[in-house]
Amino acid sequence: MDLVKISSSPHFHEKVNVKKVMWSVVFALLPALIAAYYFFGWRSVKLTILGVIAAVVTEALVQLFLKKPITVSDGSAVITGMLLAFNLPPTASWWIPVVGSIFAIIIGKQVFGGLGYNPVNPALLGRAFLMASWPTQMTTGWISKLSNSGLKSNIISGGSRQLQDLITSATPLYLAKTVRGDIVSGAAGESAQTIFQNLSSLDYIQNLFWGNIGGCIGEVSAAALILGAAFLVYKHYIEWRIPVSYIGTVAILSWIFGGIDGLFSGPVLFHIFAGGLILGAFFMATDMVTSPVTKKGRLIFGIGCGILTIVIRLWGGYPEGVSYSILIMNITVPLIDKFTTHKPFGYQKIENKK
Amino acid sequence: MRSKTFRGGVHPHDNKHYSNEKPIEEFPAPKRVVIHLSQHIGAPSKPIVAVGDFVKKGQKIAEANGFVSIPMHTPISGKVVKIGDFPHPIGTVQQAIEIENNGKNEWTDSIKDNEKFLQLSVDEMKNQIKNAGVCGMGGAGFPTIVKLSPPKEKPIDTAILNGVECEPFLTADHRLMLEKPDEIIAGLRIIMKILNAKSGIIGIELNKKDAIKIFKNKLKNSKNMKVVPLKLRYPQGAEKQLIFAATRRKVPAGGLPMDIGVVVQNVGTALAIYEAVRYNRPCIKRITTVTGEIVKSPKNLRVPIGTMISDMINYCDGTNKNIAKIISGGPMMGFAIPTSETPITKTTSGIVLFGEDDIIDTTEQVCLRCGRCVDACPMNLTPTFIVENVKNQNYEEAKKVNILDCMECGSCSFVCPSHIQLIQWIKLGKLEVGKLKKKE
Repeated sequence: MDLVKISSSPHFHEKVNVKKVMWSVVFALLPALIAAYYFFGWRSVKLTILGVIAAVVTEALVQLFLKKPITVSDGSAVITGMLLAFNLPPTASWWIPVVGSIFAIIIGKQVFGGLGYNPVNPALLGRAFLMASWPTQMTTGWISKLSNSGLKSNIISGGSRQLQDLITSATPLYLAKTVRGDIVSGAAGESAQTIFQNLSSLDYIQNLFWGNIGGCIGEVSAAALILGAAFLVYKHYIEWRIPVSYIGTVAILSWIFGGIDGLFSGPVLFHIFAGGLILGAFFMATDMVTSPVTKKGRLIFGIGCGILTIVIRLWGGYPEGVSYSILIMNITVPLIDKFTTHKPFGYQKIENKK
Repeated sequence: MRSKTFRGGVHPHDNKHYSNEKPIEEFPAPKRVVIHLSQHIGAPSKPIVAVGDFVKKGQKIAEANGFVSIPMHTPISGKVVKIGDFPHPIGTVQQAIEIENNGKNEWTDSIKDNEKFLQLSVDEMKNQIKNAGVCGMGGAGFPTIVKLSPPKEKPIDTAILNGVECEPFLTADHRLMLEKPDEIIAGLRIIMKILNAKSGIIGIELNKKDAIKIFKNKLKNSKNMKVVPLKLRYPQGAEKQLIFAATRRKVPAGGLPMDIGVVVQNVGTALAIYEAVRYNRPCIKRITTVTGEIVKSPKNLRVPIGTMISDMINYCDGTNKNIAKIISGGPMMGFAIPTSETPITKTTSGIVLFGEDDIIDTTEQVCLRCGRCVDACPMNLTPTFIVENVKNQNYEEAKKVNILDCMECGSCSFVCPSHIQLIQWIKLGKLEVGKLKKKE
């Protein structure tokens, strides 16, 4: 008789592995990339590809240098490159995603031991590095440059003329923040009021949802992102707790504090669909390595991200707070995990008796 | 159909189609049997025969060694040829008694039919169960008599029969429920009488609708017995999960079902109890499924305890591909054993044979902290933290994160995308945590 294999139970396994999970995330990000191509043209796709190539090559070189097995085929570096590029303005110079990816892979991931050991999301760390180093590249010229480079102007021209002007000059969140700041401090006239109301109008929300706005490459179309996220949720590769608690917290806090007519008047849908919240909540906060493993912990993590995002958006120095809020919460994950380890089945009973 | 369940768990493909339509076949008496002395939880039995002795079918060949132990009987008549080490279906080598068949099939004279068996006194019933050497036939092999003798301060109100059979591939309990429902119900009656339990429940998973229907019909007019259909989810048949699904009661950690007034018995055990009480028949046979994609004709067999697995494979016409793995029990909690020259015991619920294509990849990758194991754990543990601590040899901490509450159901390993062998690490960790205790 042939020799038989001996191993510990279970001898049965779900058809899932790291590669499959990672490449599914890449697949889920494709609709957003297609949307980016549709709204911003080839340049955004090229930037994304540059980011991916830089990330993959860097990871391979680091692993080669450290004489470790080369694991770029698992797709995690591809995700990092993609997410980093998704956080860039579509007009960024070609070397921005390259430098960002190299930093993300080396400092954000490999120095800690590679996949599974990084304390914070490498793509977000890369973005923070770019923001600190080349703030102009990262925060200006959202659309104006684009309109020069032949942007499909017919897509943008939906809505009122006034709105169109806004869009070509800044991202919706930047606009909302400055306008609201003016209104709250009493420095603004009636036109500011109208702009703010236009921003939260249903027409404009529709533009936000489909992506007819200025913004980063990957965050532009909430619809495309949700499509991809729905696939991941269906496959059980991301869990509902983080996105739901994150977006829910943003919704509640923006409703309470985000308005111009006192409390409980904020434009909820505007805050959900503008900026990078959908991208962040479904694809970056849910990064397995840098989010809590306990169920309660995931809720706390999502709520924390939501609070920080709103604090930064409404009162902080930046118009958008998604990436920093996730980075900050990433650092708290070991603590969250430690304090939310749940009671095993059968422990409550004993406590009751006591 | 309203169904009940528990939190956590996984959904492995049940693969029961290979054998769930195959009626139970009586396995012909083998040329030799090897009766292990340790088929159960508790002290190994003490042999009371010597090499060269002649034994009759049903004769006691080893006696219980203490309260938590059971006697063993021979399923064939013949000569004792060896008392020594033999491969055990949990993958180790242990003491056993080998008996060579003389082909005469002579019974001992203790077998008799007592039609009024339900009128026996509780003590008589318990005595007969004890002498028959019945132990839990679902897998763990806890001596049945111990479960049926709860201390006075722990009254039992509910007896549950476990007909869940949540392990993929296995169909022995399913076939048993279809073919011997009256015997199982009689077994439940005996259990309820012994325990003075008010209600009896038969828990069956929804992939066995035919069995649910049979019992629903049979128990239509019963006031104190009922069927509870259970959602298809592994490990629905784990004792604590079954009790929770059927009664919403939680067994306290480190405690026993009897602490909350419940006793659970496998349906196979119920049959053994019935046979012990009515016919005074020792537990010398069990129903075992021989299955797997590579098995030519998968079967449900009523096999004498001690039969060689190789004989059973031959009886199923062998395999159409090379055997790459032999599993005694189901694929989730069963043991991969090194040789088919291993006898089955009272707890061997199935033999699953895997070919090369069925072998899973066990190359571990790094933990992604995805938390799928946390979601899957039916005991609400955090498997990844437990394993992290075991890997770091931090056994004190592993104990703090409740490694000892793990029942090794395998759900965490099953869903892990990094193919980390969590159960293997946890088993290792439990051994080391056990050593800590001894040092103290």
